[in-house]
Amino acid sequence: MTPYSSEHLLHVLHAHQQRFHYISDQAICEIATRLHLPRAQVEAVTEFYAFFHRSPRGRFDILFSNCTSCGNLTLMQQLCDRLNVCMDQTSSDGLISISQTSCIGMCDHGASALINGLTVTSLSEQIIEEMGNLIESETPVSAWPTSWFQIGNNIRKEGLLLTEALEPGAALKAIAGRSSDEILNEITASGLKGRGGAGFSTGLKWKLCRDAASDSRYVVCNADEGEPGTFKDRILLNSHADTLFEGMTVCGKVIGASQGYLYLRGEYRYMLDALLTTLQNRREAGLLGNNVLGSGFDFDIAVVVGAGAYICGEESALIESIEEKPGIPRIRPPFPVTSGLWGKPTVVNNVETLVAAAGIVLHGHHWFETSGTWQSKGSKLLSVSGDCARAGIYEYPFGVTVAQILEDAGAEDVQAVQIGGPAGRLIGAESFTNHIAFEDIATGGSFMIFDTSRDLLAVIGNFTHFFDHESCGFCTPCRVGTTLLKNGLDKVCSGHGTAHDIDELQRTAALVSRRSHCGLGMTAPNPIRDGLKVFPQLFEARLLHQEMEPEFNLDASLEEARSLTNRDDAEAHL
Amino acid sequence: MKQLKKREVFTVSESSPKVRVATTSLAGCFGCHMSFLDMDERIVGLLEHVEFSRSPINDIKHCEPCDIGLIEGALCNADNVHVLKEFRDNCKIIIAVGACAINGGVPAMRNHFTLKECLEEAFLDEIGVDNPHIPNDVEIPLLLNKVHPIHEVVKVDYYLPGCPPPADAFVKILTDLLEGREPSLPKEMLHYD
Amino acid sequence: MSDPMKKTIIIDGVEIPFEEGQTIMDAALAADIYIPHLCHKPGLSPHGSCKLCTVDVNGRAVSSCTMPAEAGQEIANNTASLNEARKTITQMLFIEGNHLCPSCEKTGDCTLQAIGYHLGMLDGHFPQFYPRREVDASHGSLVLDRDRCIMCELCVRASRECDGKDVFAISGRGTKRQLVVNSPTGRLVDSDIELDDMAAHICPVGAILIKDHGYEVPIGRRTFDLHSVSETDLDEVILKKTKHHDQEHETAEKEGGVYGV
Repeated sequence: MTPYSSEHLLHVLHAHQQRFHYISDQAICEIATRLHLPRAQVEAVTEFYAFFHRSPRGRFDILFSNCTSCGNLTLMQQLCDRLNVCMDQTSSDGLISISQTSCIGMCDHGASALINGLTVTSLSEQIIEEMGNLIESETPVSAWPTSWFQIGNNIRKEGLLLTEALEPGAALKAIAGRSSDEILNEITASGLKGRGGAGFSTGLKWKLCRDAASDSRYVVCNADEGEPGTFKDRILLNSHADTLFEGMTVCGKVIGASQGYLYLRGEYRYMLDALLTTLQNRREAGLLGNNVLGSGFDFDIAVVVGAGAYICGEESALIESIEEKPGIPRIRPPFPVTSGLWGKPTVVNNVETLVAAAGIVLHGHHWFETSGTWQSKGSKLLSVSGDCARAGIYEYPFGVTVAQILEDAGAEDVQAVQIGGPAGRLIGAESFTNHIAFEDIATGGSFMIFDTSRDLLAVIGNFTHFFDHESCGFCTPCRVGTTLLKNGLDKVCSGHGTAHDIDELQRTAALVSRRSHCGLGMTAPNPIRDGLKVFPQLFEARLLHQEMEPEFNLDASLEEARSLTNRDDAEAHL
Repeated sequence: MKQLKKREVFTVSESSPKVRVATTSLAGCFGCHMSFLDMDERIVGLLEHVEFSRSPINDIKHCEPCDIGLIEGALCNADNVHVLKEFRDNCKIIIAVGACAINGGVPAMRNHFTLKECLEEAFLDEIGVDNPHIPNDVEIPLLLNKVHPIHEVVKVDYYLPGCPPPADAFVKILTDLLEGREPSLPKEMLHYD
Repeated sequence: MSDPMKKTIIIDGVEIPFEEGQTIMDAALAADIYIPHLCHKPGLSPHGSCKLCTVDVNGRAVSSCTMPAEAGQEIANNTASLNEARKTITQMLFIEGNHLCPSCEKTGDCTLQAIGYHLGMLDGHFPQFYPRREVDASHGSLVLDRDRCIMCELCVRASRECDGKDVFAISGRGTKRQLVVNSPTGRLVDSDIELDDMAAHICPVGAILIKDHGYEVPIGRRTFDLHSVSETDLDEVILKKTKHHDQEHETAEKEGGVYGV
């Protein structure tokens, strides 16, 4: 198995997009023929992932993050103005195209963007001005100031996981000679739960997978952290990749898998080379490949890189993506532990979970379970961003209060905190005494702070647009509902909403939450629902006090006719 | 469900013993009005309880304060919007009648195209057009970018689907309202075509 | 008394048997209990996308076409609140496409329409999306009108599972999803679909139509003009704009409180 298959459909499309700036009809046919895939599958994949384009992008293709923490659309507009292009429209000379993209995981680095797929951070008006010059002079990105591409770890507080870097092989040596059951008992006894946010027992997941009847099994690491405001896996992938791969190998040993996959989000492609080097080093050190550490156990790891689809963080959508398909969540049951990748029993674990698992088998379960709370053992990495003096990674034992985190991060005049990203919870000051824990406020790690200077409705609007953009469209409630919620909230935010519109938002939100196919739909209405519950006065202040306001702007709806008839008389307006 | 009593619903003019009804066709084909008239001799009985304000039936040009407004047709131009608002301002109950009023219907098929494409095809490019120009007389209502159903602009109280709704459905909904019931349709009268 | 050896589930208080491997939908259909559905067809692999068959199993919302039946399940199906939720989902399907029944030759034989009748749907409730989607009339005997496609993927599955072909697929994401044709040009005429393929006939709406046969049965005498989709009678349809909802099932959110800190 090649560690990075150049024949994987997502990788082929990426390479083609890089070279030709789009995927043409002809390219789809050619790629389908070359890879022996149905043409419609190649088309479907191309049109599903946001980083693939069906019409030409510029030679300089810039995607500005529109995240509330690592996005700054004013800077995007500045660059559009500077280069005289409109958003989403490639310049006629094919030089430049500028668009938005969902959070790229640089929330501790200020305004950020992807330039031809490479991450630039800490953007400022001055950098945008210089960038404009470089683009105009067609200076290749490789010759741009290297300082723009520097990405730091910003670790502010270290705990169990971040304090030490495991010696490569340490955990594998620790399990040498121990049976699958013994290792499994260690993991189970530690109380480790999945760090993606859902909190399923890791020991149980591994056991279910191991005990499922099959001739082969897989380990998949979910490194698709797309939840806006989350960037903790970035730090682990950057500085603890060996430990992560060790965790995957331990899992492989326990469940009887010989192949693992790391599914890396496309936004983190800049780390691919380093990750592949780490894998190669491990292979050379006998920690991967045939006969790992002479134990007779074969295990290897390949990397698959995504292409801009939040939904692929859902484990079954991620599996579909590895299988070269659009990231549509599967029907559950069956769950991946019995029928996952290629229909085989598969463990899908978060990066942080696998790193913790490696630590647990090395140090024993006591090392882990003595930290945290009764129901939430161990530590949690939080990605803290937004309105605070010290954005970055904070590792706390579970049970820490929101107030403590705010104090450590130097946040003042805090209006609200979004915990767990848009799919999580929006809380106000009355909840700052609550705790980060599965039994209280569960989180995958996103912690976004909004001070009193923020327009919170705009923030909620941003999150609601995010879900509309990211809904895969498979099921009716989420596909249509996320768009209805976006339109309804936009109406309210723009001052055209009435009490009736709020009522409609509530009802649609409730339906989408309850009847959707997967977690995306079930959580997509959270920002609106929490907003209405915790900050109702913000909504009420925007409302018109009348029975109903039209669903569209009547006067604007005559604009095209006015222009075609050159009329501007009183009757030409509504 | 709360039973509406006639008195509670129709208190516009205690002096007038009759319930006042207005009707109009916006962007529609008057088919719903035709179907309304298909109630034939039953209209005589109806007129014992009902009088008509603005309606194509009597050519009254503006809607007076009314109890019931029956609206056929979609919103396609500025005049449709003015008429609809006049009805909403003057009618206690607005009933969206027929497919066009309810979801745009056949007029909404032009939403496939931009307004520019529609007007250029009709007034500039079509074979046989002489003096090609897009009409711009101030007396001609301007077209909306898209055709819309009426519930997107005013609150609608009841819906009477069908293209057109059968005459029996008109009789049923008006009888229910006159007798103080929540109007309902037997299943065989519910259709969208 | 029910046979203790026989596995059963309870739908709306009625105990019905099921066999191992059956879904709730399978068991219900076998027992002549109607659960509204659009994307499901016995014989094809279940899909679970339209969500009309949503039921509450022991209080939890699930799709009955994909959820395996298990002994002891107490299932709410034909309840006022579930039918309201289904009506809202049907309205979502109507407003996201261009479902203009008077201009569609499938009218009267359209399952989407029939579900609307069954649930007493009067209006689209939401603002119309009026998407612009392409028609593919390239094929001599078939027409593909994407305006009416509801993404049920019955044609996708029928082609793959029954016809042994792979004529259709869904491309794109979110409301931009659309039915695409697996041919070199993307046009139906260049695909290997044939008139007797199940995929050519399975469309529950007017998205895939057989040319030249649209009006052999007059409007007013078609399937759902004469029969209910459920074959059970509906009460009178209240003409008032109804509110859709799913709120009453909400459980109170946890307001915090860490145990064992």
